[in-house]
Amino acid sequence: MFSTLAQGNPSDSLAQVAPFLYLLFAGLTVASAWMIVISQNIVRMAMYLLFTLGGVAGLYFMMNAEFLAAIQLIVYAGGTLILIVFGVMLTSKNPFMKLHTTWWERVIAIALGAMLAGLMVIALVNTPVTQIPSDQLPQSHDVHAIGMALLGPFIVAFEVSAVLLLVVMVGAAFMARRRS
Amino acid sequence: MTTLAFFQPGLYHLMAVSILLLAAGVAVILSKRNAVGILMGVELVLNAAALNFVAFNHYVWDGAVDGQMFTLFIIVLAAAEAAVALAIFLNFYNNFDTINVDQADELQG
Repeated sequence: MFSTLAQGNPSDSLAQVAPFLYLLFAGLTVASAWMIVISQNIVRMAMYLLFTLGGVAGLYFMMNAEFLAAIQLIVYAGGTLILIVFGVMLTSKNPFMKLHTTWWERVIAIALGAMLAGLMVIALVNTPVTQIPSDQLPQSHDVHAIGMALLGPFIVAFEVSAVLLLVVMVGAAFMARRRS
Repeated sequence: MTTLAFFQPGLYHLMAVSILLLAAGVAVILSKRNAVGILMGVELVLNAAALNFVAFNHYVWDGAVDGQMFTLFIIVLAAAEAAVALAIFLNFYNNFDTINVDQADELQG
């Protein structure tokens, strides 16, 4: 397998390295997610969540969803995660505080997660899905299509989410105000 | 002509990642005492669903961007929900001086 390299045309270069990119990003994502389960330190959990979000953004880049990957990095990893880190810092008495969970509670939680995963696998295996053949996959989902969809079929969701963000801003600012 | 690529990532490979993320998120929600830790588990579950949408959009939906629109709204709603949840947690911490969710039992009984 490693003895010959194909003389592929440059447009095929993604297909050459796709399995290794997938293994890199998928391994990073899943390993970081399960480290959050195992870890006892809340600050380390936030760091592993950052790696998970970055790995998911890498998977979006691999699936030619570049705009969505950029949004994931900017909004999720650079906004929501920072908010969570603020919450961690503001609600801990000392930086190395550990809330101890007994080992059998963790085992039960992991077992329930595994049962849910098994249920998903059974559902996935029993669902007939017709995939697009791998040489006809769309090469890029352009931002123009996303913009036209936002102002087209998804206009109601767009406006409602704008109102929702306003309500969230007002509500969170009100709830977290200083009471003199 | 052999290549270095011994498989091409398909729909089922991405589904495997999504399922493992969902299981990890549920395990975090069920096993953490820290309220911010539970919020991290919720973010994992939301990421699993968003990855699911993008994967089906890329490998099955042939050209349209509907799955990516759903993912966009998932990201927006996750950010809004994290903001509100953290405001609630800050209030709880200021009133009870602990972030342990087991101490949030004044409304029971």
